[in-house]
Amino acid sequence: MRKNLNVIAAYSIMMGLIILVGIFQSWNIALSIFNLCLISAVMTMGANIQWGYAGLINFGIMGYTALGGLAAVLISVNPVQEAWSAGGLNILFSLFLIIGMVLAVRYVLKKYDKSKTRTYIIAAIIILGIIIIRFVSEPGIEAIEEVNPAKTGFLGGFGLPIIFSWIVGALFAGGLAFVIGKVALGLRADYLAIATLLISEIVIAIIKHEDWLTRGVKNVIGLKRPAPYEVNLQQTDWFINLVEKFNSGKLSLISDFAERQAALNQFVIEGSSVFVKLCYSGLFLIVVIILLILTQKALYSPWGRMMRAIRDNEEAANAMGKNVVKQHLLIFVLGSAIVGIAGAMLVTQDGLFTPGSYRPMRYTFLIWVMVIVGGSGNNFGAILGGFVVWFLWIESAPIGLYLVNLTTAGLDDTHFLKVHLIESVPYFRFLMMGAGLLLIMRYRPKGILPEKIEIK
Amino acid sequence: MDFLNAIILLFNYIFVPALAYGSQLALGAIFVTLIYGILRFANFATGDMMSFGTMFTILFTWYFQSVGISLGVLPTALLAIPFAVIFMVGYMLLIDKFVFKYYRVNKSPPVQLAMVSIGVMFVTQAVVRIIIGPSDRRFFDGEKFLIRAGEFKDMTGLNEGLAIKSTQVITILVTVILVSTLFWFLNKTKTGKSMRAYSDNEDLALLSGIDPKKIVMITWIIAGILATIGGALYGLDKSFKPFTYFNNMLPIFAAAIVGGIGNPFGAFLGGYVIAFSEILLTYAYKKFFMYVLPESMEPDGLVQLLSTDYKFAVSFSILVIVLLYRPSGIFKGKVL
Repeated sequence: MRKNLNVIAAYSIMMGLIILVGIFQSWNIALSIFNLCLISAVMTMGANIQWGYAGLINFGIMGYTALGGLAAVLISVNPVQEAWSAGGLNILFSLFLIIGMVLAVRYVLKKYDKSKTRTYIIAAIIILGIIIIRFVSEPGIEAIEEVNPAKTGFLGGFGLPIIFSWIVGALFAGGLAFVIGKVALGLRADYLAIATLLISEIVIAIIKHEDWLTRGVKNVIGLKRPAPYEVNLQQTDWFINLVEKFNSGKLSLISDFAERQAALNQFVIEGSSVFVKLCYSGLFLIVVIILLILTQKALYSPWGRMMRAIRDNEEAANAMGKNVVKQHLLIFVLGSAIVGIAGAMLVTQDGLFTPGSYRPMRYTFLIWVMVIVGGSGNNFGAILGGFVVWFLWIESAPIGLYLVNLTTAGLDDTHFLKVHLIESVPYFRFLMMGAGLLLIMRYRPKGILPEKIEIK
Repeated sequence: MDFLNAIILLFNYIFVPALAYGSQLALGAIFVTLIYGILRFANFATGDMMSFGTMFTILFTWYFQSVGISLGVLPTALLAIPFAVIFMVGYMLLIDKFVFKYYRVNKSPPVQLAMVSIGVMFVTQAVVRIIIGPSDRRFFDGEKFLIRAGEFKDMTGLNEGLAIKSTQVITILVTVILVSTLFWFLNKTKTGKSMRAYSDNEDLALLSGIDPKKIVMITWIIAGILATIGGALYGLDKSFKPFTYFNNMLPIFAAAIVGGIGNPFGAFLGGYVIAFSEILLTYAYKKFFMYVLPESMEPDGLVQLLSTDYKFAVSFSILVIVLLYRPSGIFKGKVL
């Protein structure tokens, strides 16, 4: 108990802050911060597995997040029958062609020894394959995008409950990580960072511009929900009764019946959105707890010890007979899969998929700030980092505004400097994140909750 | 005649823009490579440092414009660049003193320095956005074109016009002057030679009495000059927007690595490699083939290898191919 005191203290302070937001701003805001904190926590856990356990630097988090989101769309949206009949065959055929191409390349790689001729053959296969695929898929893609472009214009998905997408998102992200890992894991740390950053940009470019698959920048809205809708809740009896019971103290103060009914209505409307958010919190909390248990188990298992050995001294671990390349690939896939889950969760919560909103600052570098600030190698630290940094990211605008008002109190309200500073309040969050990261790296390089390994 | 038209077409849409874009990338890539070779970390704040320098260029341009100073046909920004460089170098040295120095003295691993540079990236980005805002800004003035498409058509009687923007010519000229001065400095002067020695083998350089503090300071000064001029030229040619500058970091990194990181000449050529392949692969060749081929064989589609949206994909694919087949880059940099 005693040695975990700092963990408990840090988490209680964090929860206290969120509760304070609930009391002073509103419970709605507090819960939406809490939900996104949970999602951020899942992302940081993924990044932490790669960086903290194995020392792999992965700046492609944005790409995996977006793939998770794509999974949510492909699983939950109902299939668009017309689009399938218009161009589905071409797409399926192209898919087979791609698989054929990959198999052909693999066959050449296995069959022939490394030589210039082999390189040329592979290049020829790939170029020829791309040209054929373009000829096959082009008419299909055009036909699909012409089907009711204002509403669909894409193939749609499988029409399954959106919860399944959390698993499929993990599979997608893991699959991508497998391919990237095969190509890029041999690179030195900072090159791996640059390579993954570039790949994530490409993933986003594909998602943005392949309209037949994702609707691109036209966005997919109105995804299914795992939680009830506010409008439906507001008309159910048990919910209204529940709200009445909760607010009976306040309601009993109002004597007039009509007024009381109006107040109750207001409470029901507020309560419904809080209730929906609570449903999400519950779902996300389950995911976070399951992942936390699994990652903790992994950390203290022989496998975890091996990963730390590889991280701390690759050559020694190699000499002890551990397959460093294979383990690196494994952990790269696992961490990315967890980030994929988070991506699917994010889209599930928002109910919409907007490829244009994936920016590296928000989805890659911010997550890295979370990992570093929280404490790399420590799962509790990573989760705490997700909470602290997301909380500051949201609340930095009010804090910035307060600071601006404080420092420019002597100036006139229309003074150009004050107006300019108030306009740029949203950017104070970058300043806070940067300064926070620099301070933590300088004075507490292991994060708020540093890595602590005890042999049990 | 048709053949000449086709050549002019390629010249107008591929060669000139790629040369200008390549020069801008080359300056950034030399910046990355110098920091990597001498200070030994991948600087993720590259794009934002460039936007920081450009911001000062814009501020000075506005000031000069408001006072009424101009360079006539040339953009006022050229006059503003030297002043911006002073501020930029000051900022660089300040960051080095308060941030990077600590890790350098402690001999931290390069990954940690790269992570620190992300912190610097956040701060720089915030400062730029707070001072000048996130929106798109054009600060070009003076004569826009050296040769207008219409004039060219009248002059030569060809169907295709050739338009050369003055910014493109300025970009190429300034790059050539700057880069040749830099190479002269690195290869001929004593300080430049000691910088290269420091980059090659730190311990040996220290043993032979090279002052590391001086080397680091000069590196930051050169880096500041390169970042400001590269950023300002890009902004003059296209426009200034902090987010685009941040994104430009990716092709710049690709250029530096393709050229062989730590090798300034490689980075210089790497910039053109990336720029030309990006534009060559994403250009729609339909019109070109219409001129070259007989009418019966004219293509139906756009004859575009890749849609322009996949610009990044090109630089990345080149990067992967180079890393797989020549891990030290085309021009022998440090082995990765």
